Amino acid sequence: MPLEESYIELNNVSFSYNITTVIENLTFSIRKGDYVGIIGPNGGGKTTLIKVILGLLHPTEGAVMLFGKDHHDFKEKYRIGYVPQRVTHTERNFPATVFEVVRTGRIARLGFFERFKKEDIEAVERAMEISGIAEHRDTLIGNLSGGERQRVYIARALASEPEVLILDEPTVGVDIGAQKTFYEFLSSLNRDRHLTILLISHDVDVVSQETKTVLCLNHNLVCHGLPKDILNEHVLERLYGKHSKRVSHEPNDQTTKN
Amino acid sequence: MLDIFQYDFMIRAFEAGIAIGIVAPLIGMFLVVRRYSLMADTLAHVSFAGVAIGLLLKINPIFSAIGLSVIAGFGIEYLRNSRRISGESVLAIFLSGSLAIAVIILSLAKGFNANLFSYLFGSISTVTATDLVVIITLATIVFIDVVFLYKELFFTSFDTELAEASGLPVKMINLTMVTLAAVAVAISIRIVGVLLIGALMVIPVISAMQYGRGFRFTLILSVIFSIVSVILGLFASYYYNLASGGAIVVVALIIFLLSLVFVGEGT
Repeated sequence: MPLEESYIELNNVSFSYNITTVIENLTFSIRKGDYVGIIGPNGGGKTTLIKVILGLLHPTEGAVMLFGKDHHDFKEKYRIGYVPQRVTHTERNFPATVFEVVRTGRIARLGFFERFKKEDIEAVERAMEISGIAEHRDTLIGNLSGGERQRVYIARALASEPEVLILDEPTVGVDIGAQKTFYEFLSSLNRDRHLTILLISHDVDVVSQETKTVLCLNHNLVCHGLPKDILNEHVLERLYGKHSKRVSHEPNDQTTKN
Repeated sequence: MLDIFQYDFMIRAFEAGIAIGIVAPLIGMFLVVRRYSLMADTLAHVSFAGVAIGLLLKINPIFSAIGLSVIAGFGIEYLRNSRRISGESVLAIFLSGSLAIAVIILSLAKGFNANLFSYLFGSISTVTATDLVVIITLATIVFIDVVFLYKELFFTSFDTELAEASGLPVKMINLTMVTLAAVAVAISIRIVGVLLIGALMVIPVISAMQYGRGFRFTLILSVIFSIVSVILGLFASYYYNLASGGAIVVVALIIFLLSLVFVGEGT
């Protein structure tokens, strides 16, 4: 079977803040249709990696290729949707409706001074519908629950009609029930809409259950492969230290408990 | 016709006042939602130093105020981006530093007189025909900029990182924002005064935010509140011989209190 087109490709990428190396010699690629989870300890470079991919930080060494182009030459930002980490910490008093926030997802497709067109509004309405927040269209974002706000940011990312969706710890501050629904929704986006997804999570259990491939990051790439093949005690010890143990969220799941 | 409009200076005050009433909350809105309200006061104090320089060099103080506050705005953004000093500290340095410079220059220019009072608290009788042309021209430029850059200014204010990840030139947009704020502050000095322009930029916005509506609605409502404050404040200033800046801001405060009560009863 031929390999799918590579959407994101990193070749020996390193990034340092002054003299502190945060990520080192990362080489991997993410292909069309992938659902990749990135796990690793706090401070292990997960968010920095995302910022490098998004062009918010420039690698100190190595090359980042996005859709076959060097990231310096990559201008079609709308092809990558991004859901940041601090979604649930949005300024509560910011006077913006759900519609106004989701509409910002279309800005990457528009030029300076260019007004929103009919097709932009239609894409916004569609993204709100898919994300299940259409009923909150005119609600202020600060008045929503953590889970609802999460969906607003997903809708915002989907409004640009991206080919890749990058999510950084998307369920921090979201209750367990809403998390489950949320990950089912993500899986359906990957399965039914063929959206390529890159999910950062500190939750090893979620990543092993939801994603197709896992990258383990602790400054460098500790492992890369199928969740069932690589998520074992040995790898977790290399990632999180020797006292780490994996505890499943499922009450009857004995197989993963120590 | 009301006797107030028999005087050219009053007509000029109203025309300039309404222009300021429109642009002050337009800019103030973006400062408030960024939690950057102190920027307006800082630029006002810098403008005051600009006025002092104008008095010393005997040039129109509006021009020197605009020049200095734009330069200061760029300096503030540069220091804030360098992350060597926190945003609030940068503003504090510029605010108190420019006031110190203004006081020194004014004492050199022997500018401590009644004229100074009008720059501090605003005066309806000091808007010259030239001032009016400058104020309306610049207010129109600021208004057009905000209208055309609305989506970029909104997005950058809402989430700078997301805006940057979407390919927006965030630094340039922030510099534009600071420049627009500097111009809006400098042209408002004649009517509202150095010490109260910050209030006209912030209070109508906070009043409008009480109604819990979206950004666009809140922005339009804040402009309406601001224009009403300016018009009623100028009437009060004329009929009761009050400093116009104080009268305008007190009306804005009354609208704020009424909004608090009105919204409180509505919920």
